[in-house]
Amino acid sequence: MSVGIVMLVHTALDRAEQAARHWAMAGCPVVIHVDAMVPRKIYSGFVQALSDVPTVLFSKRYRCEWGTWGIVAASQTASELILSEFKDVRHVYLASGSCLPLRPVEELIEYLEERPRTDFIESATTADVPWTVGGLDQERFTMRFPFSWKRQRFLFDKYVELQRCLKLKRKMPKGLVPHMGSQWWCLTRQTLTAILQGADRPEYDAYFRHVWIPDESYFQTLVRQFSTNIESRSLTLSKFDFQGKPHIFYDDHLQLLRRSDCFVARKIWPHAARLYEAFLTDPAGAMKRTEPNPGKIDRIFAKAVERRTRGRPGLYMQSRFPNEDWENGVTAAPYSVFQGFTEIFENFEPWLSKATGARVHGHLFHPDGVEYAEGQTTLNGALSNSAAARDYNANAFLTNLIWNTRGERQCFQFGPEDNQKVIWRMARDPNAQVSVISGAWAVPLFRSNLNFMDIRKEAARLQKVESDHLNVLRSPGAKARIRIWTMAEFIEAPMEPLQGILDEIGQTQARRLAEVPQMVDLTGFGQFLQNLKNQGMHPYLMGDFPVVLGPKPAQDRPRKPYLVR
Amino acid sequence: MGAWQSYRLRLQRKRWRIRAFRKRRELKRVVSRTDQIRPTDLLAFSTLRNEMARLPFFLNYYREMGINQFLIVDNGSTDGSLDYLASQSDVSVWSTEAGYKRARFGADWLNWLQSKYGHGHWTLVVDPDEFLVYPFCDTRPLRALTDWLDASSIKSFSAMLLDMYPKGRLDEQPYEVGQNPLEIASWFDSGNYTISRNKKFGNLWIQGGPRARLFFPEAPAKAPALNKVPLVKWDRRYAYVSSTHMLLPRGLNQVYDEWGGEKASGVLLHAKFLDTFNNKATEELDRKQHYAASVEYKAYANTLDENPDMWCKWSEKYINWRQLEILGLMSKGNWA
Repeated sequence: MSVGIVMLVHTALDRAEQAARHWAMAGCPVVIHVDAMVPRKIYSGFVQALSDVPTVLFSKRYRCEWGTWGIVAASQTASELILSEFKDVRHVYLASGSCLPLRPVEELIEYLEERPRTDFIESATTADVPWTVGGLDQERFTMRFPFSWKRQRFLFDKYVELQRCLKLKRKMPKGLVPHMGSQWWCLTRQTLTAILQGADRPEYDAYFRHVWIPDESYFQTLVRQFSTNIESRSLTLSKFDFQGKPHIFYDDHLQLLRRSDCFVARKIWPHAARLYEAFLTDPAGAMKRTEPNPGKIDRIFAKAVERRTRGRPGLYMQSRFPNEDWENGVTAAPYSVFQGFTEIFENFEPWLSKATGARVHGHLFHPDGVEYAEGQTTLNGALSNSAAARDYNANAFLTNLIWNTRGERQCFQFGPEDNQKVIWRMARDPNAQVSVISGAWAVPLFRSNLNFMDIRKEAARLQKVESDHLNVLRSPGAKARIRIWTMAEFIEAPMEPLQGILDEIGQTQARRLAEVPQMVDLTGFGQFLQNLKNQGMHPYLMGDFPVVLGPKPAQDRPRKPYLVR
Repeated sequence: MGAWQSYRLRLQRKRWRIRAFRKRRELKRVVSRTDQIRPTDLLAFSTLRNEMARLPFFLNYYREMGINQFLIVDNGSTDGSLDYLASQSDVSVWSTEAGYKRARFGADWLNWLQSKYGHGHWTLVVDPDEFLVYPFCDTRPLRALTDWLDASSIKSFSAMLLDMYPKGRLDEQPYEVGQNPLEIASWFDSGNYTISRNKKFGNLWIQGGPRARLFFPEAPAKAPALNKVPLVKWDRRYAYVSSTHMLLPRGLNQVYDEWGGEKASGVLLHAKFLDTFNNKATEELDRKQHYAASVEYKAYANTLDENPDMWCKWSEKYINWRQLEILGLMSKGNWA
């Protein structure tokens, strides 16, 4: 009793020859089907090259275009040939020319010997699996596909549309439930002959001839009619990418393939000489006799698909430049933006740095230059401190900065005097933690030595800018973690808001805040605001500031920070 | 993209092709081995001038990668580059004394050679100071990549220009013939690139790196473009519009994903900043044959006199392609 190999070949005939010899040498008869597209001369050369091996036969050639009936027809005739010519074949293994046996063939024979009644074929109902790419799942079975997907894509698509539009539907032959799965199977003689010699075969063939990609459904469906013992998995390791193309194995996959414990892998790059050498000429035995375990290899290919479809959040580069709202993460990591804190506290930056361990920058978007932490002139990734370079693309500056410093929490100051072009990107970034003490920009003006009319003008400008910023932060599209206090509200009970911010940054010690940063002297600030009001410029963003900052009334309840979303 | 716009781009593409056809007369064939090109060969195209010192390493680098034939235009070299090229068994070389600028910085000449010899081939267009790095380039030859691109129905492959520079003054470590220039210029900027979309051609416009950081700190808009699409499954109807920054038809510029995913891409390591650079900058200033009246070279000459150290504290030292992948400068995409 042995295993017969049916091999479908269309390119890289030299590699197919190598594989066929390998199978034959281990005692497995091989029937090769060569695509009818291969020129006659090359074909006869191939036949000639293998003529010294008596257990390698060639079957009638069909044209095997992807997605069409030819591949099924080829498998059928080749299977018929191998079953009739080699009477002791019990299992037939369908393989391709780019398949490579990873374990000694004897182990495969032994493995199948122990399971003489089992059919290994991946077969799942279409409704339950999300494999199909391109939207055609159930419709593969209910429509007709007379046009080539590869060569006549336009007609193919239009004809599908037309059938959808007219609600044209084909009937499935009675009793069939559509199943799909990998086209690489290993069936017993019993099951295979039942399919090939069944009385209903003409009807089934006529039906499947116009099903889309029948090689993934013909045997997978019919096997459910005849088999007594289906093991729904493929013995061939074959991974598919997000477009439904098989992943290709190269020399550098050698260790990975070794560890997979699978019997056969596809598809192998024909020039992967090291793989062919390692698996076809090595006197095996190095592999332990274990159940196939493709799970190890799954991860690496799942990651590749993930990278291609979702990408790395917060990365903008030559081959990933997502449209707005498709970034899958506007920036790479959480960061904190503080507005109005340095104005109110003397030593806010060193205090924050000490309390959180994060890197605390000054005003990164200051018009005079980029104020990196510790006065650096360049930052991670060689970001320069030139304001012109930053303002050339302020959004990219922000996303670059966060990408370059991944792994370290970034905090920076922001204010109405800074470049406002980034506010929208920050507002709709869930990674941003934006804390605003509104109206705090008035404090430096209050402490400055400017003429009052200049102060009045500047105050009006800053108030306008900050008010626009707050509107953005309060808009429904804002996704950042946003907290806004008026200045009056904040200075009444600064501990609680600060504690809330630090908790969210999450790198603080477990105990509560012991020291608050030193607040600047605000004596006379109320009067200053009143003077502005008297000049007709109403500063309203600070909240209600008493003209004289008296001793706090005792009944004051501690205020809770509120979260604006 | 309306029909009118695509019609205008079509006309533009034809104009570049006609221009390339006219410019063919400027090329004088020195040695042609184009009859040895087999249908599956990988071809490299290049324009150069006085690059004798770099050529041996350049040719070997790409030979080892799997390039089968080189097609090179020599633009009036006086240092023996032409003779050296002519003596190589896998190089076809044309010479011309005509203006580099008039030939749109060599694009016209190469468009012509590509349409004549590159049709149906994977073609790589690189300068002698550009070294392609692609995913798995340390274990897989270039043909593995092009086979995969073919299987995935991808026709063009992006490789951004990454400026490499030495640590210390440019003239500190002299470059020797045949040496790997990346041994000297082994540092790069990893994360200061800005990108914007060119709506008309559909390509990305990338600027930044050490050149923007040092030579254009106050005029970043003038910094040179770094986006490149050097590897294309060529068709005689294609045309490079501006160097290898963009192509027509515009679908070939779609080398990036817009829906969050990453397409596979590589990097062109640009080993321009060696001790030879100062001389070159001075010479190019006289010739005025470079882009935008050699504004780049003017900026270089000014800055390099004062402060020729391009290195900074945050420069990264080049290790391999995996490092570039992790830094986000290139991607494996779904090639695994």
